[in-house]
Amino acid sequence: MARGGRIVSTTAFKLSAIYLAVFTAFALVFVLSITFAANRLFSQQISETIGSEFSDLASSWNEGGVNGLIAAIQDRSNRPGASLYLLADSQGRNMAGNVNEVATEFLAQAVLTPAIVGYTGNDGVQRSAMVQVVRLQGGMFLLVGRDMSERERFADITRLALIVAGVLLVGLGLVSWFFVSRRVLRRIDSISATTRRIMAGDLTGRLEVAGTRDEFDRLADSLNAMLERLEALMRGLKEVSDNIAHDLKTPLSRMRNRLDAALANDDREAGREAMAAAIEDADQLIDTFNALLTIARIEAGSTDEHADGIDAAAMVRDIVELYEPVAEEAGATIAADIDGEQPFRGNRELLSQAIANLIDNAIKHGRPADGAVPPAIHVAVRREGNDLLIVVADNGPGIPEEERGRVQERFVRLEKSRSTPGTGLGLSLVAALAKLHRGRLELSDAGPGLRATIRLPVAVS
Amino acid sequence: MRILLIEDDRETAAYLTKALREAGHVPDHASDGVTGSDLALSGDYDVLVVDRMLPQRDGLAVVSELRKAGSDVPVLILSALGRVDDRVTGLRAGGDDYLAKPFAFSELLARIEVLGRRRRPGEGETTSYRVGDLELDRLSHTVTRGGKAIPLQPREFRLLEYLMRNAEKVVTRTMLLEHVWDYHFDPQTNVIDVHVSRLRAKIDKGFSPPLLHTVRGAGYMVRGPRR
Repeated sequence: MARGGRIVSTTAFKLSAIYLAVFTAFALVFVLSITFAANRLFSQQISETIGSEFSDLASSWNEGGVNGLIAAIQDRSNRPGASLYLLADSQGRNMAGNVNEVATEFLAQAVLTPAIVGYTGNDGVQRSAMVQVVRLQGGMFLLVGRDMSERERFADITRLALIVAGVLLVGLGLVSWFFVSRRVLRRIDSISATTRRIMAGDLTGRLEVAGTRDEFDRLADSLNAMLERLEALMRGLKEVSDNIAHDLKTPLSRMRNRLDAALANDDREAGREAMAAAIEDADQLIDTFNALLTIARIEAGSTDEHADGIDAAAMVRDIVELYEPVAEEAGATIAADIDGEQPFRGNRELLSQAIANLIDNAIKHGRPADGAVPPAIHVAVRREGNDLLIVVADNGPGIPEEERGRVQERFVRLEKSRSTPGTGLGLSLVAALAKLHRGRLELSDAGPGLRATIRLPVAVS
Repeated sequence: MRILLIEDDRETAAYLTKALREAGHVPDHASDGVTGSDLALSGDYDVLVVDRMLPQRDGLAVVSELRKAGSDVPVLILSALGRVDDRVTGLRAGGDDYLAKPFAFSELLARIEVLGRRRRPGEGETTSYRVGDLELDRLSHTVTRGGKAIPLQPREFRLLEYLMRNAEKVVTRTMLLEHVWDYHFDPQTNVIDVHVSRLRAKIDKGFSPPLLHTVRGAGYMVRGPRR
């Protein structure tokens, strides 16, 4: 009965129970108010009938005295569906009518006030009736009454209807929630089972979509989209860890081999050289770790924390000035197209680092394949609508379109650049810094070359 | 110089103490914040080197307490942290310089020597520097060598100014990047070297002896002819 217990604890069951209770209460109020109104109507009709009987009998009395009254009563008593009549003397003895006997005290009491009494009819069945008594001259009592079984029959019918409706309601409710909750439970069970399978490591699992476009389908769609993203992230992570393994293992093993060789070698000078080289390897490792940590910190940070009002134009001019001699040494030219001031709220240090990375990349990787063409780097700062654009373009080989998204990921280095020094984190750091400033890094074709654009939204105050 | 090193990692402390001694300094060592505070307040030190994460009392707390007590001893803060704003909070707490771990010892030594120099009495901010026959006037923004004017770009002037202010001391590439360009990131490329060699071409080329020297594995130094 574990399943029964689970059904009772489902949301579907609880909702059905609440719905049923509320509906029953409303139905009860509705039926009761109808019964009450009908009863009043019946009572009113009966007392009107009794009133008109009295006035008819009164005219018989006026015309024929006591005998006329008795005749009229006897005549009326024998009609089918007759009312109740009783003419009694002052001692309560029956003089005429279809009612056998009524206690004098009652007759005296019931004068002028309609009352409901129980009585035994000619067929021996216990019934109730509404009666009214009038005191006549000479102490006689005249009682006229009307059987109330009609009203009771109506009450019986409504009661029966109420019971039948109630039973049907509860029954249908039970059946419907049973099916609804079974369906719901089945879908939830399937979702749970799939989730457990995915948790066990099978990221390819997807939730079943029934195609009914109900909330379960919508839930399954969202969860599937989430799983899609997770799987992509996991794939990315795997690629990153493969790359990390490569980028960290290479200098580590190189360092180890150098130290090993230095240990085996008795030559002091060779030992010193090996150690100097090992320190260089260690520095490269530290650089990689620092870059990784910086990206992690930046990705966890928020923009407003370190933002200042800065002049982006001056900031870029400074960085260009810093790199100009290096570019010149490398045979490249840097042309800066930066005018006036570009006020911006951001972090000078971090944005400078991003631009420095782009210029550094352009110098290192932006060399035209044709050695006769001198490398030329263009740096520009300009507004485009509400965006501030910082553009660094080179005339080198560029990045194929399908690789442009990937190179922004950590440790992704294009095969041809694997041999050049660098952490493989430059562009992902730039992307993270742009993101920190609510912007993004866009890579496009400079025809020829790579155009890297840091697009930053300018806060309009 | 008398140097107090407050550092909880035994191995780092032992290595730094030994290296500082070999560089001709007199280092003391405290391995927790409370002992460090007591020593700093009672001893007469030229420079304090304070690790940021210390047992018992945080490194920044040690520094701000020291400042509250009225001490103006130069403090260099070491940190394995390196959040974007770590340097700022470190300097705000009263530190004079900030160095992120891991660092090369030559970097630490250069910074300590530049920091310690500041306190020497009777040596206020001068308006001109002179090394050998090279002269830099901070007011008129002119540089002459042997009486001959040398035109410099504004940045080259600031570069030379920093080198001459710290003449006879090793100045690292990071220190130059921090003080002349106000950048605190690692540019990954030898940008500073190229700037320095351009400056050297202007102030040393055609003159003798050379004044701007490269210190292998450490940085640069402006040094007059040995007497």
